[in-house]
Amino acid sequence: MKCNVCNENEATVHLTQIVGEKMQKVDLCESCSKEKGVGDPTGFSLADMLLGLGASSELEEAGDGDAKCSACGYTHADFKKAGRFGCPECYQTFSDGLEQLLKPMHKGLRHVGKAPRGRKKFRGIEQKIKTLEKKLAKAVSNENYEQAAEFRDEIKGLREQLESTSRET
Amino acid sequence: MKLTEFIAASPEACHRPGPGDRIVMSSRVRLARNLTGSPFPTWAKKKERVKALETIRPAVESLDALKDSFSANLDDLSSLDKQLLVERHLISREHAAKSAGSGVVFNREESVCFMINEEDHLRMQVLLPGLQVEEAWKQVDKLDTALEKKLDYAFSDEFGYLTACPTNLGTAIRVSAMLHLPGLVLSEQINKIVNSVNKLGLAVRGLYGEGTEALGNVFQVSNQMTLGESETDIVARLGKVLGQIIEHEENARLTLLEGKANTVYNHIGRAYGILTNAHIIASKEAMNLLSLLRLGVDFQMFSSLDRAVIDELFLFTQPAHLQTQHEGKLGAEERDVLRATMLRDRLKSVKRPHLPKLG
Repeated sequence: MKCNVCNENEATVHLTQIVGEKMQKVDLCESCSKEKGVGDPTGFSLADMLLGLGASSELEEAGDGDAKCSACGYTHADFKKAGRFGCPECYQTFSDGLEQLLKPMHKGLRHVGKAPRGRKKFRGIEQKIKTLEKKLAKAVSNENYEQAAEFRDEIKGLREQLESTSRET
Repeated sequence: MKLTEFIAASPEACHRPGPGDRIVMSSRVRLARNLTGSPFPTWAKKKERVKALETIRPAVESLDALKDSFSANLDDLSSLDKQLLVERHLISREHAAKSAGSGVVFNREESVCFMINEEDHLRMQVLLPGLQVEEAWKQVDKLDTALEKKLDYAFSDEFGYLTACPTNLGTAIRVSAMLHLPGLVLSEQINKIVNSVNKLGLAVRGLYGEGTEALGNVFQVSNQMTLGESETDIVARLGKVLGQIIEHEENARLTLLEGKANTVYNHIGRAYGILTNAHIIASKEAMNLLSLLRLGVDFQMFSSLDRAVIDELFLFTQPAHLQTQHEGKLGAEERDVLRATMLRDRLKSVKRPHLPKLG
């Protein structure tokens, strides 16, 4: 069995972290386990190990550290432990800092490719509005009113689009 | 129907020929999908998992491609059953550890398989013999399109198909091929190849996926990135890299025959000697020796041995497959004896290797 971090050396340290009812396993080689400070279980997180060092803190630093998903109750701390999200809605809840998290993992930051055909058109617009509303609130709290006005107009445009689409269907 | 009855009738799974199967043992494309408004399986409570399973399983079973299929909830399968499915590459080791609230559905040919409530609500794969990544993508795309009419997928315009792990986000596609690369291993070029493939953003893993050893000189190459590149581009890019790896393997084999012929014959001859005479053999040793025998077949050193027989033995010498051929629970030592007996018996009509025909 190879080490999950360097993928080169034989894994000799097998770590199981149980948080609540969830179990996560990681296999490490001697040197990576030392590097990650596995001897000290408070000093590392599985998310960092699985997704690359610093991954979990990207989300925490960028956004509101106390954010909690209204749909499933997932928190930053949960992501830090598991390296996975709780439900599809979490991508909205934790959208701040998501780009920094995704950048080193993927080729781009926007989906290219297949989309479900039967999908109702306005769901995508609704998602966009939600994201913009968050950006608007942030701009207002930073007193960046010029930017806030741009977001407000964009939201208004999308709302109108949404109304005309739903009238058609 | 019991699992062992369903799959007992299909050892042909290892006898299906495919293009380029000298080096590419199989091609696979897997898609991950989740239901909107429902927590991902590892975060969901048991009740929510069961609900998702009850929505997904009937939808999957109703597909045309799965008319003749095996379908079960994982809590109805024994741990031996689950291990059999892992050895056949139908489910992941992670999925085998699941129980109530998870399920599996696959067809008779074992070319189409659905894991329900693994890390994502639904993971569907098409597994074909030989080099057929494009064909596998076409087939899985069709299955997915048929299913999207029945299931409400979690999807965003920005991030594509939403997955539990952000590393799968976007297309949520994993394209992979299982390669037999004894030439590159014997000529000690394999690390160089693995490193350069890694640099292209592709992963190289062992026989049973993430975190497993490359037993029997078998390597799995797959894409890592899923966001920002379309499915067809990912499939084409992987196909191109596979073509290059195949070329390197062919060259390595030729170079070995030209420069180190005696070393190669020695390896293959010894492998034949041990496999046809051993009385105790561990799984790892058996796989490594069978790999050399497979290379011997490719070099036309065995007049009465078919590659399919070796591929079958690759599978049937695995622990769970050995166990199914035996009443009562086998210990590791008994397994090693039974494995050796089976190998001697299966290979007894194979004549000793002669020198390869070059060219």
